[in-house]
Amino acid sequence: MNRGVKFTGVPSMEEIKACPGTPSEERFEKGPVVAIECVQKIPCNPCEAACPFGAIEVGSSITNLPKLDEEKCIGCGICIPKCPGLAIFKIHKNYSEKTSLVEFPFEYLPLPEKGDQVPCGDRFGKYIADGKVLGIKNDKKNDGTTLISVEIPKEYFMEIRTICRGGER
Amino acid sequence: MKETQVVVVGGGPAGLAAGIEIAKSGGKVTVLDENKKPGGQLFKQIHKFFGSREHLAGTRGYEIGTKLLEETKELGVDVILDAPVYGIFEGKTVVYSKDGKQHQIKGDKIILATGATENTLAFPGSDLPGVMGAGAAQTMINVNRVLPGKKVLMVGSGNVGLIVSYQLMQAGADVVGLVEAAPNVSGYGVHASKISRGGVPIYTSHTVKRAMGDGEVSKVEICELDERFQMIEGTEKILDVDTICIAVGLSPMSEIAWTIGCDFTFIPSFGGHVPKHNENMESTLPGIYVSGDISGVEEASSAMEEGRLAGIAASEALGLYSEEKARELKGQVWKRLNTLRDGEFGEKRKLSKKTQISRYMEDANE
Ligand SMILES: Cc1cc2nc3c(=O)[nH]c(=O)nc-3n(C[C@H](O)[C@H](O)[C@H](O)COP(=O)(O)OP(=O)(O)OC[C@H]3O[C@@H](n4cnc5c(N)ncnc54)[C@H](O)[C@@H]3O)c2cc1C
Ligand code: SF4
Ligand code: SF4
Repeated sequence: MNRGVKFTGVPSMEEIKACPGTPSEERFEKGPVVAIECVQKIPCNPCEAACPFGAIEVGSSITNLPKLDEEKCIGCGICIPKCPGLAIFKIHKNYSEKTSLVEFPFEYLPLPEKGDQVPCGDRFGKYIADGKVLGIKNDKKNDGTTLISVEIPKEYFMEIRTICRGGER
Repeated sequence: MKETQVVVVGGGPAGLAAGIEIAKSGGKVTVLDENKKPGGQLFKQIHKFFGSREHLAGTRGYEIGTKLLEETKELGVDVILDAPVYGIFEGKTVVYSKDGKQHQIKGDKIILATGATENTLAFPGSDLPGVMGAGAAQTMINVNRVLPGKKVLMVGSGNVGLIVSYQLMQAGADVVGLVEAAPNVSGYGVHASKISRGGVPIYTSHTVKRAMGDGEVSKVEICELDERFQMIEGTEKILDVDTICIAVGLSPMSEIAWTIGCDFTFIPSFGGHVPKHNENMESTLPGIYVSGDISGVEEASSAMEEGRLAGIAASEALGLYSEEKARELKGQVWKRLNTLRDGEFGEKRKLSKKTQISRYMEDANE
């Protein structure tokens, strides 16, 4: 049982569901959207300015939790590399009938290659299922933070958040 | 002897920001730093900073340092590097060494922005090679590009422990675990989540019992703690490691302030003994200001703001700003400082700052 971010370093499902950065279930059905898994009141706000569509609001108190306006979010993913907490993930739940697409920031080397079959893990880095690398974005303006998207079995779209480091553990 | 209006000791974010403010007001200022490169802690920080946009959050630490430096150049701040300051003498004469020689510079005002040093932790085997401060490990990987070891145990779950763990993994080391004596992670969850996703187990309510090895660390024994922080027998675990990094907090680097006679007060959440100061960051010695981690260990964003505050106040005291103008500028800085000290992590620091200033005021009213 995950008792929550204060105890384990990983937000619990309850904390994620309760935070204002998490889209509703209906919104996940409709198309790509970001899940902002930032559940603690820390003095931080670059995500707010990063979104060109005004879909993220922190507001005048810099310690407010970032709030996602899920109707405004088009799932472009521009905000992901701007978050120093690496806490923003893009999720396309209905990528295909059986698969979802999850895009996450990745700051390790070596990078996988497009088309690779990779072991994918949850928020604890624990192996969940294999995924296929469909995209690697390494733009200069992302300043060293690579964005990787993996196609994964749909049932894990709320679990898989990374590639397992050093393969399956 | 060289003379100037303000001498700033320490060229980290606080000292550079102070220098910038003084130059902006038209003042003459010299910043002294012992390193070959200015920027203090910033130049080791390869991660993107949290904080507010005004404080360049989302920008990597060393890039923030570079930006501050460019600004000092544009404004003509005199920055002297490789220049450790070892004393301040009567008449605000600052003594430092440079190129093997002793130099002196006299200022009308002095700003101390010397930062903080890492705390150590003693346990059986803590003197074995391979046990080191997390800051030292960070300097090795990010400045000197040397990996201190392949299998690392991190001790301490504050932001420093979390961030340095992440950077060690980026540099190619395996962080086999992070132990924390308290029952919860003390740094920010987002930083903890990064290393968790990388598969690093975080052992809360745990400590190091001993380090083992023949001439260098090869194993470490960790152990669970009860609510009274006593080791629970039978919970020991042995891990194979070649490096143990200690990240159990920082203490203000306050030697110079002590030797010249600044009054101190004890505030644990700021790292221990900190110089008392007023709302202008002026210590109990008139004309001597403090800012950044030396006045209470916080963050680069607050260090920069405190540096600005001290700079503006010193400029005002030198007559470079009218009282009215200075009040306006200082008000803006205080507003930003107060928002930085909001939220569940910041409230305590806000209260601590209040206490620190009120203790200065008590003395002043006596
Ligand atoms: C691993 C790590 C990660 C961090 N991450 C973040 C982050 O993400 N966001 C954030 O806001 N903050 C972060 N911080 C905190 C931040 O780096 C510090 O709070 C900030 O640098 C303090 O600034 P300062 O100017 O007071 O001190 P420093 O940056 O320590 O600078 C002090 C300078 O003074 C010099 N000096 C000291 N004594 C003398 C002397 N006698 N003579 C000459 N020179 C002297 C020192 O060598 C140093 O260069 C981090 C800190 C660490 C260790
Ligand atoms: S994914 Fe694009 S639209 Fe959605 S919040 Fe991020 S930047 Fe804004
Ligand atoms: S930038 Fe990231 S860590 Fe900072 S408030 Fe936004 S989501 Fe949270």
